[in-house]
Amino acid sequence: MLLTWMIFIPLIGMILVLLIPRGQDNTARWITFAVTLIPLLIAVSLFINYDRGTAGIQQEFSVPWIESFGINYHVGLDGLSVTLILLTALLGPICIGASWKIEKGVKAYMALFLLLETGMIGFFCALDLFLFYVFFELTLLPMYFLIGIWGGPRREYAAIKFFLYTLFGSVLMLVAMIAVYLKSGDPGVRTFDIPELVKLAKTSGHALADPAFQKWAFLGFFIGFAVKVPIFPFHTWLPDAHVEAPTAISVILAAVLLKMGTYGLIRINVDMFPAGINYWSNGLAILAVINIIYGSFCALWQTDFKKLVAYSSIGHMGFVILGIAALNKPGITGAILQMFNHGVISGMLFLLVGVVYDRAHHRDIKGFGGLGAKMPIYMGITTLAFMASLGLPGLSGFVGEALSLLGAYYGSFDHSRLLTILSTIGIVIGAAYFLLTLQRVFLGPLNPKYEDIEEISPREIATLIPLGILTIILGVWPHFAIDMFDQNVDAIVKAVDATSKAVGILP
Amino acid sequence: MNSVDSLQYFIPELIVVGTALVTIIYDLLPDSKDNNSIAYIALGGIALTLIAIFATGAPTESLFDGMIRIDGFSIYFKVIALVATAVTIVFSIQSRELDPNTKGEYYSILIAVNLGMFMMASSTNLLMAYLSLETVSISSYILAGFLTHNQRSSEASFKYIIYGAVASGTMLFGLSLMFGLTGTASISEIGAKLAGLIEDPDSRLAVMVAVVFVLTGLGYKIAAVPFHMWSPDVYEGAPIPVTAFLSVASKAAGFALFIRIFYLGFGQIANLSTTNWTLLLSIISALTMTFGNLAALPQENVKRLLAYSSIAHSGYLLMGAVLLNDTGIKAILFYLTIYLFMNLGAFFVVILVANQVGSEMISGYRNLVSRAPLLAISMAIFLFSLVGLPPLAGFAGKWILFTAALQKHLYWLVVVAALNSAVSLYYYVRIVKAMFFETAEDQTPLTFSFGNRLLLLAFVIPTVLLFILWEPSYEVISAVIKDFTPADVGKLAATVSQQP
Repeated sequence: MLLTWMIFIPLIGMILVLLIPRGQDNTARWITFAVTLIPLLIAVSLFINYDRGTAGIQQEFSVPWIESFGINYHVGLDGLSVTLILLTALLGPICIGASWKIEKGVKAYMALFLLLETGMIGFFCALDLFLFYVFFELTLLPMYFLIGIWGGPRREYAAIKFFLYTLFGSVLMLVAMIAVYLKSGDPGVRTFDIPELVKLAKTSGHALADPAFQKWAFLGFFIGFAVKVPIFPFHTWLPDAHVEAPTAISVILAAVLLKMGTYGLIRINVDMFPAGINYWSNGLAILAVINIIYGSFCALWQTDFKKLVAYSSIGHMGFVILGIAALNKPGITGAILQMFNHGVISGMLFLLVGVVYDRAHHRDIKGFGGLGAKMPIYMGITTLAFMASLGLPGLSGFVGEALSLLGAYYGSFDHSRLLTILSTIGIVIGAAYFLLTLQRVFLGPLNPKYEDIEEISPREIATLIPLGILTIILGVWPHFAIDMFDQNVDAIVKAVDATSKAVGILP
Repeated sequence: MNSVDSLQYFIPELIVVGTALVTIIYDLLPDSKDNNSIAYIALGGIALTLIAIFATGAPTESLFDGMIRIDGFSIYFKVIALVATAVTIVFSIQSRELDPNTKGEYYSILIAVNLGMFMMASSTNLLMAYLSLETVSISSYILAGFLTHNQRSSEASFKYIIYGAVASGTMLFGLSLMFGLTGTASISEIGAKLAGLIEDPDSRLAVMVAVVFVLTGLGYKIAAVPFHMWSPDVYEGAPIPVTAFLSVASKAAGFALFIRIFYLGFGQIANLSTTNWTLLLSIISALTMTFGNLAALPQENVKRLLAYSSIAHSGYLLMGAVLLNDTGIKAILFYLTIYLFMNLGAFFVVILVANQVGSEMISGYRNLVSRAPLLAISMAIFLFSLVGLPPLAGFAGKWILFTAALQKHLYWLVVVAALNSAVSLYYYVRIVKAMFFETAEDQTPLTFSFGNRLLLLAFVIPTVLLFILWEPSYEVISAVIKDFTPADVGKLAATVSQQP
């Protein structure tokens, strides 16, 4: 029941916000902020009370919904989802804090944000494939309006592009999903229950376990998630959407929505289609390496601060995919950890871009210079985020990427060593563009235009501090997160195949 | 059941006829044109008919010596027709296009169409089927051309007649062939006899031709490619309430007749090696949805856009018809119900905007969100439901159709349909974009009466709720088609095959 409350409290909050009389913008802001705190509290308590010793599903809750089609309202948690729910819930109040200065249509903005939060939390909790899809799609509508109404100059284009790409992917997923449902048994006993389907797909002789079927079903789901991650060549919506979206929405987009893609890949493609993932893991690894190298080089070329962060996201998500493709324990552990870390770090980065954009009203990296003298605190936090993102040991970014690479080096796909070595190029380039940016924005002589630029405000610092702390904690004590999903990863890896060459590398 | 006994079950139809006559006579009274009293009489007649439908119930036997059958299926379609007509009448009261001097004729014809649609949903005999189809068609021609001072409306009516005449002529030829081949006009007897005929090389071609010709007439009614040519012009030229009516009620009746003829008749030979209706209908379905969606992409006129979108929706609905089984019929009924709400809702917004802004173009919808927030949000809900996005009812409808088609392993068709949904997003969203993202020069808020708001909510609420409460509505539909005669047909087929 607790999960259900967490999912629907933002929805109730949305109705509350809509009922606020016109003109009371501050009330709307505070109510929304208060509402987003509730899921956060629930998420923290779930995180603390989560039983780390088992791979089973916890906090399970299921009621029949559409019985003619075997659809249940089934929610529950495992280590993977509890981690991502914590991330989502944490970003709720942070993003409301970062949206404080929005003046246009405050009520509508807050209401849409809360609807979005329901979609995101619901997605990570859903254990029924149908429910999973509904929440997946539910995030589209608010996102479309949030980008389209509150975005930058090319917002309409960016919004529709985001919408069309994602829908294009998800309708194919829909077809695959119905196919899975129809294969799950005879009429009357068919099911959408994810744990049940996972079990059936691993029962030899069952129609779902048929490798030929898994191969195609995998592809259907994969396209749906690949657009979301985004995996090359489905990535072109991302730079546009990120650049045009308002700061808080960029944060949500990078930190949570992209994770929905990789979460889906692990939850469905890896867990439900072991034969499928084994067949496609070579291709997946190659796409991952392309993502890493292509994303990093694109980022290196950018002069727009936000676009740089957007492309660096593509690169960093590549490490998640690489880890998944490795199909061994360090790889998948690294992938999940990297998902969480990337959420935290990219959230910080977009918030930081927002801070400077609010003051300078442009994002051209070359148009700054010497800001360090005027904004030392801002420079300090930015440096922390940059270092974390480029993978400095001691900060969180390093752990996830290192584990992914380690897993990939021993990965089950062909030419795993060559591909892993190639993908380290991404890390080098990452260091290059972040250090270059640091230098261009903060060092050197002060650009006289910014003589009077204000230091980062306490409100903005408050939005960054929780994320900064997490970056450090996860850098020095990654087991804080790894323990949560350790058992699940074991179960997944064991199920996928015994071919993994690197079992037992981790202590 | 003989004709005299049948009359007691024929009361709803008689009330419809009575209402049509009363409206004509009332129209002759002085002062009758000053207010909307005719419309209210028509609405009263519809309410009475609705009560009569449920009061008379469904007999187990066919009426009028096998001409008409009243079962859950026909009752369902009758209710859809009546609801759509009632809504159309309310729309017509709102509409400023219609000439107040011809109200009497307008409403009586609108009621008369219902008679035809009732018959279409319940006929079990080819003769009856043809007569009912023509009743609906001829009345629709008049309705489409009702704006006598408007050239486009006359053009619409004229095109409608020409295409209609060709289609119904072809269909009639097909029906006569069918009668000649089987010696009976009863749809289920034909179904039972066709199996033997199709195996016979001498008559195989004739059977095929007959089926395809009948399909022409039905395809015309539901605006399936390649018989759709009339629909964009007619939908654009006709008064908006009539467009709404044609796109929902007339289409629903077309599907009812389609199911009767194909499911009970021709469907009996659907799965033989020599005939492959499934493939033929799948291709028509795929072409229809693809054409409708692609043609809707560049439209600037919202009415025309909705016309093409309605062609696309015929394509989706045909996916259910392809199956020729219970699951398919259930899917069609469910989708039609949802379509009724979301499409009529969208047309209602078009009428309200046309009245207040005076434009049917997308540009007229600019910044509607600040001029009339309720209207804009409702329109967005209807449009996203038409796309088929959860958590709106349109998704539930598509879901059931897709599941039904996949059960027959029509993977390619479902993939085409799914991609079509993604394409359709683009043109629906153009209206949403205008309403929410673009600015307009004219910023004056639009005002609507309380009744209009209420009516709008009457469309919005089912569009949202039918998604969450989809199970109960689906169960109703399952119950409705429980007595839909496959058992009869089986028995009949057995008796026919025993004959020497």
